[in-house]
Amino acid sequence: MVKVVVVYDRVRYEEKALQRAGERLGVTVSLVDVKDSFIDITKGDVNPEVLKGDVIIQRCVGHYRSLYLTAILESMGIPVINPFQTALICGDKLLTTIALRRAGIPTPKTYVAFTPTGALKALSELGYPAVFKPVVGSWGRLVALVRNEETAKIVIEHREHLYPLYQIYYIQEYVDKPGRDIRCFVVGDEVVAAIYRYAPPGEWRSNTALGGRAVKMDVNEEIEELSLKAAKAVGAHVLGVDALESKDGLLIHELNSVTEFRNAAPATGVDIAGKIVEYAVKLAKR
Amino acid sequence: MKVRCPDCDGEIDVPDDAIAGEIVSCPDCGQEYEVYFEDGELKLKPAEMVKEDWGE
Repeated sequence: MVKVVVVYDRVRYEEKALQRAGERLGVTVSLVDVKDSFIDITKGDVNPEVLKGDVIIQRCVGHYRSLYLTAILESMGIPVINPFQTALICGDKLLTTIALRRAGIPTPKTYVAFTPTGALKALSELGYPAVFKPVVGSWGRLVALVRNEETAKIVIEHREHLYPLYQIYYIQEYVDKPGRDIRCFVVGDEVVAAIYRYAPPGEWRSNTALGGRAVKMDVNEEIEELSLKAAKAVGAHVLGVDALESKDGLLIHELNSVTEFRNAAPATGVDIAGKIVEYAVKLAKR
Repeated sequence: MKVRCPDCDGEIDVPDDAIAGEIVSCPDCGQEYEVYFEDGELKLKPAEMVKEDWGE
């Protein structure tokens, strides 16, 4: 019988939902808190013992923890949802944009600069308003909407005093969205659900982590095709695809390799956790 | 089960099916704690604060 191991560092809705799905489907789903453990990475075989399974679902909330742990587990020969390459690309907005562009997936116009001078030059060509995003980060954290040069200089000045990763200036056109964006869920080669995320009052970002409201979206051909294409482009098994509705059609702007679905599951009525567990079993048998 | 808040001595209600890594908060002072087990015994320690790389 297949054993699915879910690795985590903080128990959220999703981890419990995966465990409940396992119970419902008669699949052994073992939850392992990896935060305080240690691993001999020169050993070659899986350790510690609790990580031994046929497939791993990576659920760590800490991106770097998650990324490096996946690298280790993969090196020991266990399939991980998602693979290291997928996590690496999706965890970095710049690498994501490159992957999307190469796959021919429409994405917002994005400039990258490496100094304040370069960033201001990029902005004068891109125009205002524009959006500054840290290349690594989530939940809308430190994503800044900049309406003029004065504000841009303030954001840049602050960034210059942060860790060097924040001085990779990833600047994106502001897409005038209808007060919402889209999160679409891919499991295997299937789009299982999609939601609109409405920005809360007084906030332009629509991340549910910032209080954005989830409403079911009927999956149409456009979002389905783009999401599956995106998942394929980054080699994802399970993926949260973020899309913006622009006047020229959908633009894919971010991909999430450890996607949360606590708001989407009740809003859509789809058993996303169950779909993931079923897929994990299939992957283990492959 | 009921556990005393190490900070303010408030009464924290920990679900019986709590698992390691689960977060509970003190209804009195709001401090968040993480559940862990030592020799099978349920214990609480201050929860990790949200870090810069946390997310999806």
